[in-house]
Amino acid sequence: MTAGYQIVVLGSVVPDPLQTLEPVATPQGPALKNEAMLPAVLDPWAAHALFEAANLAAKVPGSKVTLVSLGPKAKLQQVMMAVAQKVPLELVALDGPAGGFTDAHEVAVRLAAAVKALPGLDRGRLLLFGGWESASRGAGVTLQLVGERLEIHDQFQGVDQIAVQAGGALEILERVEGGKHQVSVVAGPPAVLGWATGSLPEPKNNPQIGMANMRQVMPALQRAPAAPVGTAGVEFLSVAVPKAQRETRIVKDASPDEIARELVEWISQD
Amino acid sequence: MASPAVNPALDALRTLPGDDVRQIMWRFADRYDVQMLVQSARQVARGPVARLVAAGGRNDHDWTPRKAELLAAYDASGITAAFMEPEEGGFISGPKNLALALAAFELAWVDAGAATGALAGFLGLSPIHEKGTPEQRRHYMSLAVPPKPGEERKTWRAAFALTEPIPYVGVDTGMLSGRIRVAEWQDGAEPVLQVEKRGRFITNMGFASFVTAAVDSGDPRIKGSCMVILEEGDPGTFDRGTPTRKLVHQLSSTTDPIFSLRVPASRIVGGYTVKDGVIVPNFDHSTIIEAVFRRTRVTVGVITAAKLLSAIEPVIRYQRNRFRGAEQAAPGSIRHDLGIQQREDALHRLVEVWATGEAAASLGLSTARLFDELDPLDRRKDALLAAQGIAGARATMKWMKLVERSALEYLDLAARPRGAADEARFRVLGADEMVRFALLDAQANVLCPATKLWDTGHGATVLREAVSLMGGYGITEDCPGFLGQKWMDSQLEATYEGPEAVQRRQLSVTMTAPLFLAQLRGWARELRHLASSHPGTGACALASAMELWLWTVTYLAGATDADGERLVQPARQGVSFKLADALAWLCASRAQILDAVALADGGAAALGDALPGTARFLADLCHVEAARAAGEVGRICAELVHGYNRHPAWDEEGRRACWSAVDAEALEGIVAGLAGCACDQVEGEHHPEKEGPCASCRGITDFARLRVKMDGCLTGAMLAKDRAAEALAHVMIPEALDYPA
Ligand SMILES: Cc1cc2nc3c(=O)[nH]c(=O)nc-3n(C[C@H](O)[C@H](O)[C@H](O)COP(=O)(O)OP(=O)(O)OC[C@H]3O[C@@H](n4cnc5c(N)ncnc54)[C@H](O)[C@@H]3O)c2cc1C
Repeated sequence: MTAGYQIVVLGSVVPDPLQTLEPVATPQGPALKNEAMLPAVLDPWAAHALFEAANLAAKVPGSKVTLVSLGPKAKLQQVMMAVAQKVPLELVALDGPAGGFTDAHEVAVRLAAAVKALPGLDRGRLLLFGGWESASRGAGVTLQLVGERLEIHDQFQGVDQIAVQAGGALEILERVEGGKHQVSVVAGPPAVLGWATGSLPEPKNNPQIGMANMRQVMPALQRAPAAPVGTAGVEFLSVAVPKAQRETRIVKDASPDEIARELVEWISQD
Repeated sequence: MASPAVNPALDALRTLPGDDVRQIMWRFADRYDVQMLVQSARQVARGPVARLVAAGGRNDHDWTPRKAELLAAYDASGITAAFMEPEEGGFISGPKNLALALAAFELAWVDAGAATGALAGFLGLSPIHEKGTPEQRRHYMSLAVPPKPGEERKTWRAAFALTEPIPYVGVDTGMLSGRIRVAEWQDGAEPVLQVEKRGRFITNMGFASFVTAAVDSGDPRIKGSCMVILEEGDPGTFDRGTPTRKLVHQLSSTTDPIFSLRVPASRIVGGYTVKDGVIVPNFDHSTIIEAVFRRTRVTVGVITAAKLLSAIEPVIRYQRNRFRGAEQAAPGSIRHDLGIQQREDALHRLVEVWATGEAAASLGLSTARLFDELDPLDRRKDALLAAQGIAGARATMKWMKLVERSALEYLDLAARPRGAADEARFRVLGADEMVRFALLDAQANVLCPATKLWDTGHGATVLREAVSLMGGYGITEDCPGFLGQKWMDSQLEATYEGPEAVQRRQLSVTMTAPLFLAQLRGWARELRHLASSHPGTGACALASAMELWLWTVTYLAGATDADGERLVQPARQGVSFKLADALAWLCASRAQILDAVALADGGAAALGDALPGTARFLADLCHVEAARAAGEVGRICAELVHGYNRHPAWDEEGRRACWSAVDAEALEGIVAGLAGCACDQVEGEHHPEKEGPCASCRGITDFARLRVKMDGCLTGAMLAKDRAAEALAHVMIPEALDYPA
């Protein structure tokens, strides 16, 4: 491995999780109430993938991280003001709706085309990263579909760790039941890795990284092509928040044990 | 569909204003460097700062290790480097007033002491930044910038030492006891100076590695006062002193230090020359302090503004949730859903808090932007004067008078229809950088003290309202949003860097500069124009209030009190300070209206169909604030115009001013209704029970006319408040605050 990896991370924005998320019907189809006005964050699953990608890229000289995002341009831009300060990256932006109701196949078509169009794309170096699911839709299919379209057959989901072995093979840990991991070794790229949480903390903002990224990110946002993905003709007859009532509390100084105890208590109610 | 089709009423506020709204209003939508700084500062504020406050970190006067960790967080997030130029290790090029103000805004949103702690380093560096020699700038900036990854060195921290123990420097900055003397001066060598300085309430002093200190000459071989840089490690005493037992801003360090140090004369900020064997500092301490405070005071105003706006979300949540869970508040009932928000007064008061916060933020941030435009012009002016060989206060003043004359001519041309010749002249003057400098300088001279005075002083009062909206919770440590602490803290913001008296004193000098008054007239015209293009912002009421204020200033300039003493004179702070207060209200309300208009005009792309509702709501807040400003201006002007006349009594002269009831009746027979014009009637020897005949308005009928007009302009203001209140009862807020409490 001399030239390093081309790590492409697929990820978009989701509403900040502290917001009240209320499904509503709009003339354009189902959506969240006031979705356009809610502050957004990078989809947490994709964010884990991005931080792991940057970590890997930093370890393997010559590697580069590209974030491919399909989402409303204005929201992407706001989110980039924080995300682009965290890790060195290049952005490819596609301007279209992001959310729990867009069709995964339609989204995958756009994303695959964007990846294929990356200048200097080299399948022999390509690692396709993303979340194993999205915070706005837990279906966990988009990344697989993109992988299929790119004809990448080595796919891993629920990944928590990647390690480069001496000969260039990649050891990958995927989540299985009972807090255990399945260990696989793949000879090398191309591969698709759908990340669970990984193990890295969120990097702190660093404006120097941000300023360096922004020189590429701002033009990329400006020339983001329209990517009008829809619901693939699916008609939603009903949309409702899950029955369970959401109760958000912010508690200071609770130990992990206390939190765990409380969760167990809550789960074992009824 | 199970869920109702929601077509939000087109002109309702949907969510609390987010970054997209603020960037347009506060004009940094095209500044990604600033947007990133905002995000970074926010992460520090709502992360480590909030956790420390929630953990009780404020309950300690000492500079604790946990407080010190915040410095590392400021460094890592770019807050510290935001002050520096890219070549000094920073990342923002050009003037940074707006950037620093926004960083302070984000920190103060959670804790103003954290904002102060982060900013005090800039304050300590500012004398060097503004007036230091190029070598001093290079040297100290490079020490104060945080190390880059891989670089091993400690970040130097600065403190600013002006204030001295009583009886010396406080409001009166001329009362210096700090002394500087020549300790050693060998032929051809740099003189060595002995500095004696005691400080009081010096921020950052618990850890600062160097201090910029104001001192006066105690030696015939040094001329006048100066500022001097003192380093930890200089020979002598560098005693940090005891921590101040502050009730406020406990996340910053404050102590009363003592310095007795030997330093080379090259530490005099801005350098010196030697004339006839005397060291003549290039800048006295007042010049430096003025240059520094002029910028940093604006940021202090923004700190209080941030806290006012930060109060909205926790108060709404408290109000709405107040009765949930009670037997009497079944889900779906009004009491359950609206809680205290079913009560009009609670909503109206919250509207007032919000409107004040908007005005305070708009005033502070627009003033910061004004300094961003002014700073480079200021430096070009200095270069121009140097190139023309103009030096010294008198020659500079003469030059400035000429520029001001051109600026006044420009304003005159701007205000009236122009023929071809006028148009050409207007363009020439409009393109003249020094004319622009003079215009902005006259504004800055007013807007800086107005921001500091109004945002912090009035802001403190309104923060108390916010606290009271939370009931008993408001004055506990558990109050979400730390509102109790924020209220108390604002008293410090109103005090340090010059208490309100200092700001009023400065305003009373600058507000009557002809170049400012001419611009104020222009502002009133501009507001009338906005009133017609953007109705419903209260712009017309504000314009009327400006005209009333302008009339009052002109009238008072020639007026005397009942004893024949002139009303306008430096000693009469009862007049000048009140006019200054009134002007600050006008400035704040105007800034708010301009920002709301900027959003209405430029928000479509970012907000889409949410724009009308957001713009409507912000306009309503403007209207509420404009009405309040007009009320204050009316009250203050009326007190000043009438209050210095002695009330007529029922003496001989007083009674002459009255009609007799018999005469009035007779006249009524000739001209029906005429008797109604008489204020006072006496019947025989009897007069009504009151202090005396009504005071006459002779000579000031214009005032009465303007005031009545202004009162009429309040039309619709309460409807705006009702609308804003309604919006507050329905706006969507997040499920929980995004920082711990
Ligand atoms: C926590 C804290 C941090 C501080 N940090 C710093 C720092 O880093 N560096 C620094 O140099 N200083 C600092 N200060 C000092 C601060 O700037 C002074 O306290 C402030 O300028 C007021 O001075 P004083 O307290 O001596 O008030 P005084 O001068 O005694 O004034 C008290 C009051 O008297 C009235 N008054 C006084 N003079 C006049 C006048 N001419 N006209 C009308 N009314 C008048 C006003 O009502 C005024 O508010 C800090 C103070 C505090 C509390």
